[in-house]
Amino acid sequence: MATTTSSDTLPELTTDDLSRYSRHLILPEVGMEGQRRLKDARVLCVGTGGLGSPLALYLAAAGIGTLGLVDFDVVDASNLQRQIIHSTKDIGRKKLDSAEEKLVALNPALKVVKHDTMLSSANALDILKDYDIVADGTDNFPTRYLVNDACVLLGKPNVYGSIFRFEGQASVFATEQGPCYRCLYPEPPPPGLVPSCAEGGVLGILPGLVGVIQATEAIKLILGKGESLVGRLLLVDALNMRFREFKLRKNPECPVCGANPTVTKLIDYQQFCGIVPESKQEKALKNGIPQISVKELKSRIDAGEDVLILDVREPYEYQIANIGGKLIPQNDVPQRLAEIDRDREIVVQCRSGQRSQRIAEFLQQSGYQKVTNLAGGILAWADEIDPKMQKY
Amino acid sequence: MTIYIPTPLRPYAADQASVEVQATTIAEALASLTNSHPQLRNHLFTGEGKLRAFVNLYLNDEDVRYLPAKEATSVTATDTLSIIPSIAGGAGRTDGRAFGAKSLRGSN
Repeated sequence: MATTTSSDTLPELTTDDLSRYSRHLILPEVGMEGQRRLKDARVLCVGTGGLGSPLALYLAAAGIGTLGLVDFDVVDASNLQRQIIHSTKDIGRKKLDSAEEKLVALNPALKVVKHDTMLSSANALDILKDYDIVADGTDNFPTRYLVNDACVLLGKPNVYGSIFRFEGQASVFATEQGPCYRCLYPEPPPPGLVPSCAEGGVLGILPGLVGVIQATEAIKLILGKGESLVGRLLLVDALNMRFREFKLRKNPECPVCGANPTVTKLIDYQQFCGIVPESKQEKALKNGIPQISVKELKSRIDAGEDVLILDVREPYEYQIANIGGKLIPQNDVPQRLAEIDRDREIVVQCRSGQRSQRIAEFLQQSGYQKVTNLAGGILAWADEIDPKMQKY
Repeated sequence: MTIYIPTPLRPYAADQASVEVQATTIAEALASLTNSHPQLRNHLFTGEGKLRAFVNLYLNDEDVRYLPAKEATSVTATDTLSIIPSIAGGAGRTDGRAFGAKSLRGSN
């Protein structure tokens, strides 16, 4: 990084810069040249959510010249617990617009480039090619593999961070000498086996911790100073406040960055991660389980039909909102089958329809004949049936 | 030795963050762990008993895949074994199905 631009071609610092960055300028590791490197640097933040918020704010404050942001989402009330770049007044606004406003307010000299799109195999190389460093703050496996492969193909460092509940991971991938994400995890988990943060939750502060680690690594790469996380995986356990690190090795047989790569262009990452687009037929019957819509369930309840709604969420979720179902948390279902009447029709329900699908499959395997899954869960109920219902 | 259980797998290990086992090799330690917590087996191993590709095992800070004797490596009571699965969270959506999901809500 630091060696790619000769100091003659670096942008000069203005008088404003000299006062703004004075605490950097007196650091021998930054100094005038380092600050000019930061001003020259172009960093892409993929995602302006939990990780992207602190990452983008600190990079803007540090004097990064150009910050690209990729996002297509809008700000939701449930984001504000951790996505500190957005404010309450921004609910419903595009995250890109909300983030740009805060970043430019913090540092008017910053150039923000907004990529209002979902990063895909079709656009990733084109978007990433204009940046020196890519910071991956995404939230799903297909995009993680996409960012990794695109970074390897373009030779860009990938500053990685990931979080779940109280636990985070950080590293720097895809530099010439170091391993890439696929060296660490050759394959993604099959859908459903690893719970998402929507199901598992996340401590709001944790993306702050991990996002700031990512920002630190990006700045060190630009300065060419210190010891980066290349070849190391840092594990953050916020609950016990322990930081542990593990050695990462470049896999000589890695399909992307190994000696004989088999992935030489971007692939279909949804397919790679086992995510199959739902056709109409699959929607009606998913993995052998009939799907019922909230509207259909409501009309059947209104008609007085005998339906047992089995709510497989956790008790605290039930407290937030419920549709009067019988509560048996998913992990308790195997031990409490005796409480579930085999002769009645059972509609399994959760927050979004994911956990309930798995439990419906489990019940079917356990010999229950009449099991359906409530598609979209209680969130769909709040959207389509009862707008006063508390969403979370 | 101590085996560290990552957050996503703790529900299958009686919510414990770490488990103490008596073992002389990594393979023995894993067998002991999955014998006392059978639900973990499916999450750690494929049907053929191979460690899943999205789960990494570290003996102290070394990746077991790169140890010369791999899972036959001998261990002592003071060694630690860490299970490190891939996690994807970070931004602001996903309702489990990653992108492509129709209703994108603030989540992780």
